[in-house]
Amino acid sequence: MTAAKILVVDDEAAIRRLLRGALERGGYAVVEGTNARDALASLGIDKPDVVLLDLGLPDRDGLELIPLIRSKSSARIIVVSARDDTQEKVAALDLGADDFVTKPFDTDELLARVRTSLRHTLSSEAGAPVVTLGDIVIDLARRRVTLAGAELRLTPKEYGFLGELAKRPGRVLTHVQLLRAVWGPAHDSDVEYLRVVVRSLRQKLGPGGMALIRNEPGVGYRLG
Amino acid sequence: MIDPDRPAPEAFLPAAQAEGRGKLKVFLGAAPGVGKTFEMLTEGAQKLKAGIDVVIGVVETHGRADTEALTRPFETIPRRVTEHSIRALDEMDLDAILARAPRLVLVDELAHSNAAGSRHPKRYQDVEELLDAGIDVWSTINVQHIESLNDVVASFTRVRVRETVPDRMLEEAELEVVDIPPDELIERLKDGKVYVPAEATRALGHFFSKTNLQALRELALRRAAQAVDTQMLDHLKAHTLGGSFAAGERVLVAVSELPNAPELVRSAKRLADALKAPWTALHVETPRSRALGPDEQARLSATLALASQLGGATASIPATSVVEGLRSYAVEARITQIVIGKSARSWWFELRHGSVVDRLVRGIGDVAVHVLPAAAVPGGDRPVRAAAQGLVWRDYLSAGAMVAAMTLLGLFVSRWISLNSVDMLYLVPVFAAASLYGLRAGLFTGVVSALAYNFFFLPPLYTFTIADPQNAVTVVVLLGVAVAASQLANGIRVQADLATRSARHNAALAGFSRQLTGVATLEELGQAMCAEFARMFEVRAILLSNAGGLLKIVAASPPEDRLGPVEMAAAQWVADKGQAAGRGADTLTAADWLFQPLASGGVTRGVIGLSRDDGRDPLRADQLPLLASLLDQAALAAERIRLEGEMAGIAALEQRDRLRAALLSSVGHDLRTPLTTILASAAALRQRHEDPAFEALEAETQRLSRFVANLLDMARIEAGALRLAVQSVDLTDAVASAVHDARGALAGHAINLEVPCDLPLVRVDPQLFHHCLLNLLDNAGKYGDDGSPVTIATSRNPDELVLKVLDIGDGLPSEMAQKVFETFARVEGSDRGKAGTGLGLAIVKGFAEAMGLRVSAGNRDDGRGAYFALHIPADLLVRVREAA
Repeated sequence: MTAAKILVVDDEAAIRRLLRGALERGGYAVVEGTNARDALASLGIDKPDVVLLDLGLPDRDGLELIPLIRSKSSARIIVVSARDDTQEKVAALDLGADDFVTKPFDTDELLARVRTSLRHTLSSEAGAPVVTLGDIVIDLARRRVTLAGAELRLTPKEYGFLGELAKRPGRVLTHVQLLRAVWGPAHDSDVEYLRVVVRSLRQKLGPGGMALIRNEPGVGYRLG
Repeated sequence: MIDPDRPAPEAFLPAAQAEGRGKLKVFLGAAPGVGKTFEMLTEGAQKLKAGIDVVIGVVETHGRADTEALTRPFETIPRRVTEHSIRALDEMDLDAILARAPRLVLVDELAHSNAAGSRHPKRYQDVEELLDAGIDVWSTINVQHIESLNDVVASFTRVRVRETVPDRMLEEAELEVVDIPPDELIERLKDGKVYVPAEATRALGHFFSKTNLQALRELALRRAAQAVDTQMLDHLKAHTLGGSFAAGERVLVAVSELPNAPELVRSAKRLADALKAPWTALHVETPRSRALGPDEQARLSATLALASQLGGATASIPATSVVEGLRSYAVEARITQIVIGKSARSWWFELRHGSVVDRLVRGIGDVAVHVLPAAAVPGGDRPVRAAAQGLVWRDYLSAGAMVAAMTLLGLFVSRWISLNSVDMLYLVPVFAAASLYGLRAGLFTGVVSALAYNFFFLPPLYTFTIADPQNAVTVVVLLGVAVAASQLANGIRVQADLATRSARHNAALAGFSRQLTGVATLEELGQAMCAEFARMFEVRAILLSNAGGLLKIVAASPPEDRLGPVEMAAAQWVADKGQAAGRGADTLTAADWLFQPLASGGVTRGVIGLSRDDGRDPLRADQLPLLASLLDQAALAAERIRLEGEMAGIAALEQRDRLRAALLSSVGHDLRTPLTTILASAAALRQRHEDPAFEALEAETQRLSRFVANLLDMARIEAGALRLAVQSVDLTDAVASAVHDARGALAGHAINLEVPCDLPLVRVDPQLFHHCLLNLLDNAGKYGDDGSPVTIATSRNPDELVLKVLDIGDGLPSEMAQKVFETFARVEGSDRGKAGTGLGLAIVKGFAEAMGLRVSAGNRDDGRGAYFALHIPADLLVRVREAA
């Protein structure tokens, strides 16, 4: 298998150099872009698998770029931002970004996120119908969840929620994305629904439940 | 008749005149230094480049090199030197320019006054001559030099300029506003980049204040907008785009020597302005007007002078009567609107002669006649009641005389006519007295007539005895006629009086409200109010503002800056009680002034005081309703000004908050970017080399990074730049993610979670709450003994939900429990060298309080360590609904 290709879009040369070093050591091929124009051009030429996108670009708001990248390529988008702004994160994710990392970030953490997003690509290609997380197994094809071999009795909403997260393990889904998928578009501001379902799911999933469903404060949830 | 769709002939006039004439373009600025000359030269240079023959007539460079440089591409007509008495002055050489006949000439400073000995005293007159010669002219002017704005500008800048340019110059000109923001102008002034005329340096600081500049700027923009408006109207007229503009209105105002004439002239001017029509003030010379006294003559010519000063034409024609004169002039001059004053003649007089208005309206068909009540003029109002009372004995006397005359007449004619007809004669004095002098005089006359009739004519003669009962009827009839006639006359008089008063009332209200729409500050409002009240009621007026119970004089007319102690006490009482007091009111009548509250929204915002020099009550009873209406309007205006001020204040605050937030976010960005690189590089180095130095580097960089994050958070709190995005948050969730993110700081500590799953949700900002928990956990990890567990527990009481983070360690010294959340508070004597900035807990407090939570700290009940708690009040708790 050829090395996955990562497009690093950032106007700071130091950051690009650093990410190139870290990513190449992690076994990835790296291409760089310094602005939005470069990034869009590179999509067609280099066909990257993952885009590390800084939102503070000189020529265009990074948020605007996300749907453009989405429309042109199937590359995973990981937003790297110096602003620790919840609303910006939510906006980026709702627009189609797969994950976000806040500066200053830990290189290992970043590499882990890259690996996770690449796994999404692979799993979605394989259509992986069974997700295993510790002793919890989620069978997406048969809509069954087992804990240490015993089947859990979940309500449709609980299963809907868990299944939605399990389709993309490790990836953050925003409150709005989850509410739309499980309850429908009329309920996309009823965050309380999510809280209640998460609470009961955690109880049913036992001690591992707390760590399994991870809360991103103000943003959404991720699995694992 | 005028075809309504055809352009009015005069609409073509400006265009026709403009054909052979040069065009004028004026660069209008708010103040010296905005760059008018610069703009004119820059645009001129473009024309020059386009091959147009442009020369400089005169440009004031004020010795500035950059302006000088701009003039270089142009041909400059040398100035003409005039030998002035003391110093040599050089002026624009008008003849040289006319001889040179360029296509376009640049003439700086339109308002300039030429030196003595020049052809014209003013430069704008030179410019007119250039325009007449078919040369285009570009010029510059500051807004305070425009004649009609001169007073306005002087009123707030307190700098009066003597050099003014009449408005008509600008009306035919193309206006270009040269505009820079006041701040920039002040900056330029400070940098010495603005030339200031010597006479203005004294008032410099005041003139160039930001408020003044803003006001001047607004005036300039408004004047330019008005010019555009006028030009568009002209265009509409010329192209009959709007039918209503094609009517070709012409206004005529009839003036006389009466004191209300100036008011008529002003009304006509307003009407003409509204109609965009030319107007004429006409005096009709009748035989009577030739016999005017010198005072009346002077008043008449002053009125005509006022008319021409206001831009109207004046005319004087001889005629046998006013109506005749007006009619012939109106027909001849195709007048469409006539303004006349209602004469102060009596009802009786008009009954006999027919009013001028009636005859005028009957005489000419299709003109609108505007009649202004004479009483609209201050002082023109006749105090009817007072007169009636003061002259009552005279009324009775003349009534008696009439009866006597009738009796004599009756005695004379009774030789030839029957006795029964004689009683009819008495109807005349009864009717006359009743209608002229009122009911009582009428009854009196009726009784006297009856007695006289009885005494002189009824048998037995020369006694008051009535033999024939039929004659008693005569007496009753005479009295009945007296009653009926006086009632009728009274009714008419009262109605006329009422109509006059309500017309005056309405005119006053309309005028006042028009004035009030223009005022922008309380001070202006005060000045407008005082001036208007003083004029309207012929009193002295003063306005005091009420700020938190403290009265301050805002404005007065005539100017006044103090009140006596009695008056101040009365004013204070009015401000406190919101009721009238002082002279003519019920309370504190010893004061010379009458004070009325100016209230809006239930609050007394000010007190208006009125007084009269002649010692009478400031207002008559019948003027009080008018005053009340005027005060209502003023209060509305005050309220509007206050709301506008508040809006501006809020906008400014919002602007400031946005700026702060933007600044913090950009500083944050600039600090985090290099930190990211350093941190990642340090991590990379540490991984590759087994050197403790790299480990220290990474650890310290992480600490620095946390410190920067804390500082930024603290700055956000202190700048008030926290923007909350409140959500329902599950404490289990919140605690779990905080524990996850704080795993580095909690390394080596076991975590005990005592958070039940059936807690209510809390309404907080998830991100800020997360930060609070992280900092509390960080603190526990830092100060708890190594290897000791950290406990997170919740407890409920009716008022609040408490979330505690407990550690095991030294605990807090008792005096620290209060101070531990203060910025940079750290436990003294702690010799363990814990790394910390003393900011973490202060941030917890700042964030928590922003969300409506409370923080507390203390030692554990079992004394084994400290606890730090977040108190979530019950109103932020949300009962969990079952999800659908």
